[in-house]
Amino acid sequence: MDAILLQILNGLDKGGAYALIALGLTLVFGTLGVVNFAHGALFMLGAFCAVTLQQLLTISKRVKDESITFFDAYKETPYLEIWFGDTGKTIIDFSVPLSILLAIPVMLLIGFVMERGLIRFFYKRPHAEQILVTFGLAIVLQEVIKAQFGANPVPQAAPDFVAGSADIGLWFGLGEGLVYPWWRLIYLGFAAVVITLVFSFLQFTTYGMVVRAGMQDRETVGLLGINIQRRFTVVFGIAAVVAGLAGVMYTPILPPDYHMGMDFLVLSFVVVVVGGMGSLPGAVAAGFLLGILQSFSSMNEIKSLIPGIDQIILYLVAVVILLVRPRGLLGRRGVME
Amino acid sequence: MAQLWHRNDLLLMGVFTLAVLAMPLWLAPFGAGYPDLLQKLAIYGIFAIGFNILFGLTGYLSFGHAAFLGVGSYAAVWSFKLFTMNVLPAVLFGTLLAGVFAALIGFISLRRSGIYFSILTLAFAQMSYNLAYSVLTPITNGETGLQLTQSDPRIIDRLYVEATSGLPSTELFGLKMSGYPGFYFCAAILIIAFFFSVRIFNSPFGVKLLAIKSNQTRMGYTGYNTRPYLLVAFVISGMYAGLAGSLLAVTDPLAGAERMQWTASGEVVLMTILGGAGTLIGPLLGAGLIKYFENVFSAYNEAVLHQIFAMLPDWLQSAMVFVVNPFVGEGWHLTLGALFVLIVIFLPGGIMEGIRRLSSLVRRIIARSRRDGLQAA
Repeated sequence: MDAILLQILNGLDKGGAYALIALGLTLVFGTLGVVNFAHGALFMLGAFCAVTLQQLLTISKRVKDESITFFDAYKETPYLEIWFGDTGKTIIDFSVPLSILLAIPVMLLIGFVMERGLIRFFYKRPHAEQILVTFGLAIVLQEVIKAQFGANPVPQAAPDFVAGSADIGLWFGLGEGLVYPWWRLIYLGFAAVVITLVFSFLQFTTYGMVVRAGMQDRETVGLLGINIQRRFTVVFGIAAVVAGLAGVMYTPILPPDYHMGMDFLVLSFVVVVVGGMGSLPGAVAAGFLLGILQSFSSMNEIKSLIPGIDQIILYLVAVVILLVRPRGLLGRRGVME
Repeated sequence: MAQLWHRNDLLLMGVFTLAVLAMPLWLAPFGAGYPDLLQKLAIYGIFAIGFNILFGLTGYLSFGHAAFLGVGSYAAVWSFKLFTMNVLPAVLFGTLLAGVFAALIGFISLRRSGIYFSILTLAFAQMSYNLAYSVLTPITNGETGLQLTQSDPRIIDRLYVEATSGLPSTELFGLKMSGYPGFYFCAAILIIAFFFSVRIFNSPFGVKLLAIKSNQTRMGYTGYNTRPYLLVAFVISGMYAGLAGSLLAVTDPLAGAERMQWTASGEVVLMTILGGAGTLIGPLLGAGLIKYFENVFSAYNEAVLHQIFAMLPDWLQSAMVFVVNPFVGEGWHLTLGALFVLIVIFLPGGIMEGIRRLSSLVRRIIARSRRDGLQAA
């Protein structure tokens, strides 16, 4: 029982990341009709926002270590700590959550620049060329990051007070065996919040309503005198922010390196296809579903039954879905079938 | 006899054969006249030609072609391990097995078109890659890569010669396949592969593939079932990839799963687009340029750059080195990515379209100057 619950949590957790990336991917596809292979790179850029902030906060000075008296010892002390003492320490400790504040404007800007500078010239071009140009862009972005931060993963730490594990078992009276890392729980909650925000933005605001109308029929919306193009650019920015935030919060779980975006991109495309191209609830549902499937297939009991299933399950599901129900689980009839 | 050969084709084949065979000569001044790189140029040329038969003619963008390359490599190395160090069976074996794989994957993937086809092929390639790393380790030797060992059976070779202490090298009836003989073997196969691709481009089959690219629905209305044609093109293209993979194993008998990763599939897409998809020479040009610059550029570092810009005044020299340095050496992928983006935006036809535009420009200028000359007279 514990093991199953644990796998479900694991799956939801992984699914949270998939869902966030796939949500942005689908949003861009549904509004602009562009297949964005650089979306994984946006996830990676978000993660490196966290790295940047951490490096900025810990700019250090060599200070004489007073506790050692036998010889002259020096240690690196961050300026923040020198200036603010313990407050500074706390700020550094919270660098990952603080990075969210940095990531939102940065990713919004990157999204706008990308859309205005490159993507908008590709609305009318075939999907193959959209894939190619965004693929090239992804290479450029990840090489820039590699040149700046090096090829090795840069580990990031979650704040100290959530470093350990939560006794979920005790909360629900299921025994002490069931513990789960705090940060992963937080990630799950964070994913849920972001997804809810995006959906309520689209569902409950006038702006979002116009965007949805534009997704249905952009020409008519344009004829009503609304500059739908500008709203779609904003949506691209939002998609970039969502991917970036997913990246920021993922850094304590997986130390970011320059090609993490590509790894996630392939998987999130699988998610989008399974959920249905252009369907937002589909992307989220498929994200969580595939996450859970993946974590269950990596249980030893199942692996011994079908060896190697954990490696291919997602792709297998995608292949079956594409062949049996090409519009995806929740896709609209006739959209990209 | 029907017109089997247009004169232009004969000329093209002749020039191509000469150019390929003389590659060691005319590439030497560019610092590429060594067999290791030449072999790579020829092999990736074959890979790109094959990819072009699918993408250039039918417009189906496969993002999983590296899987076939990997299958070809593994099959060839197994042929070395089990049967003989002779390269012919290895190449044959690798090509055929890749063909079988392509038939299987193509049969399923070709049920969809457009972006779904790309994702399906990508999914299959990733599956092969993941399996090669994990469960199939007995066949692929996982992360270490499949290598020759002393204890390999090599049944056919054992009939003739005793096992010696060192590892044997690949050979073609006694001729060792390293260095220039290896290159000429690859070059000969490249010429044959190119010959076939020219024939396919000019055949009724090739025209049908082009028709599928321009309008598949209309092709269906005229009474053609398009799927068998697509499948044949996919299998041929997969066999080219398998051929290239087995040649990689011939020149260096080692096969690793990273050859199947989707970045490797992306590379052949880059090559084909860069050179010009749908043209005969373009993919070859693209493959050659990418492999050449990969080898040459990645060797550059700051010291080499300082030498290159040595004739400039000091401040300018430092500035140039500062500007160029991020784009060479480790960062050469950045150059590649940026170049690729520019090509897709401004020259969707690749280098070949660039050449065509240039030559028509030159022709127009010549015509105008001649007209002006006449008017003056």
